[in-house]
Amino acid sequence: MAVTIKLPTQLRSVAGGAAEAQSDGSTVGEVLEGLYAQHGELRDRIAGENGELRRFVNVYLKGEDIRFLEGLATPVTDGDEVTILPAVAGG
Amino acid sequence: MPAEALKCKECSTRYPLEARYVCERCFGPLEVAYAPCGSSPEELKRRIQAGPHSLWRYADFLPLDCTPRTSLPTGWTPLVRADRLAERLGLGEVWIKNETANPTHSFKDRVVAVALARAVELGFDTVACASTGNLAGAVAAHAAYAGLPAYVFVPADLEPEKILSAGAYGAQIVGVRGNYDAVNRLCMEISGERESWAFVNVNVRPYYAEGSKTLGFETAEQLGWELPDRVVAPVASGSLFTKVARGFQDFIDAGILSGDVPAMHGAQAEGCSPVAQAYAAGTAVCRPVKPDTIAKSLAIGDPADGPYAIDLARRTGGSIDAVSDDEIRAGVRLLAETTGIFTETAGGVTTAVLAKLAEQGEIDPGERVVAYITGDGLKTLDTVRGSFEVAEIEPHLEAFQRGVVEGTPATSALREAGQGAAI
Repeated sequence: MAVTIKLPTQLRSVAGGAAEAQSDGSTVGEVLEGLYAQHGELRDRIAGENGELRRFVNVYLKGEDIRFLEGLATPVTDGDEVTILPAVAGG
Repeated sequence: MPAEALKCKECSTRYPLEARYVCERCFGPLEVAYAPCGSSPEELKRRIQAGPHSLWRYADFLPLDCTPRTSLPTGWTPLVRADRLAERLGLGEVWIKNETANPTHSFKDRVVAVALARAVELGFDTVACASTGNLAGAVAAHAAYAGLPAYVFVPADLEPEKILSAGAYGAQIVGVRGNYDAVNRLCMEISGERESWAFVNVNVRPYYAEGSKTLGFETAEQLGWELPDRVVAPVASGSLFTKVARGFQDFIDAGILSGDVPAMHGAQAEGCSPVAQAYAAGTAVCRPVKPDTIAKSLAIGDPADGPYAIDLARRTGGSIDAVSDDEIRAGVRLLAETTGIFTETAGGVTTAVLAKLAEQGEIDPGERVVAYITGDGLKTLDTVRGSFEVAEIEPHLEAFQRGVVEGTPATSALREAGQGAAI
């Protein structure tokens, strides 16, 4: 499945300055693996040693936080959009 | 204590004092780090006491190059001894920090005052925020005073009082169809694209958060340079809760106070209690929730500072508790009836958790407790709607005698006559 990944400004410097990337996979986790394959430095920024997302990294599939779905195992379909954003909340 | 860097709370990477809020290495939140204090406690106290009756009296502990010459007078709110509330709860010494006395009636004036001052120092020309309501009014008002354009993003279904009072200052209000977390997410994306905009709680968030320390500073000074034993404060993102404690810690580190940070008790609404749930489960991982509570100013389903709030509560012998919407309404009523302070729902949450802790015997009658009432009841009037009746009478003495004096309860005669007006 071809998926567009939107990158936050904080990650663009290690992705050649790009605001978006294209990746493939059948789940969010696989799509992210595809992203790491293109930009090796991103893995360390986004994922901890166990492969899970770092605790201040939020990932959204079509606008929905994947923690409300099936996490990294959430299935994706062709043309979906995955957004990576830092966790920050005000009030 | 001059500010010297922004520092990642997770991996300690340091960055210059600019507009950034996220560590580029691990995405952890950044906070302001200060150089060790070069002054004696006596000298620091003297400078504080010679300062204005506003939060700027603590300028030595705030991350600004210069104290602003003018700003909306913010902070130095009353710390009210609440003996009747204490008596009702079987407690000894309870104080209410009454933040409704700020210019836009909530503690958010503090964080905005600091964030806006820093934004001006950093050269931004527009201010903005993602808000659950109180921040909207504060940003709009402080921007109006400073003569800067403001954009305020709120959930479209926010209480009308909060939208109306923010709009009155001339800010552009943007009602976003979604909950606060969706608003916040949108603002993060916009802030990445609008380089001249300071989103007070996004790209200048490390400075913004420091404003809440002044709640700790003021409380200690108003108690005669002493620490309370326990604190009850609301938890939404967890920022205020952790920074109140940081305020106490800063004063302890500077030698101004002796003792330990008080037991810190956080208060959430059951309808949005990711931090209380994680605390109860014995973990620091807050699973996000979809908020459903009348305490809209606390309705942050994905609280970024949740893990730090939990750590603080555990470390100080406090807790994070949650109360139902009915308990929140009862809390608003209890506070109003015993102290004369009418709070918004967030203060109902705080008061209800205080009552719960008292009932559970968590608080020793010999302890000094401070509860933070962070916002004004006039912004959430629906909370009390229908909770009492107005005795409506004809303008005659006899009608007063019959309808009010002899009516038992007061409005029974009117209700029978079908004239009672439910509010």
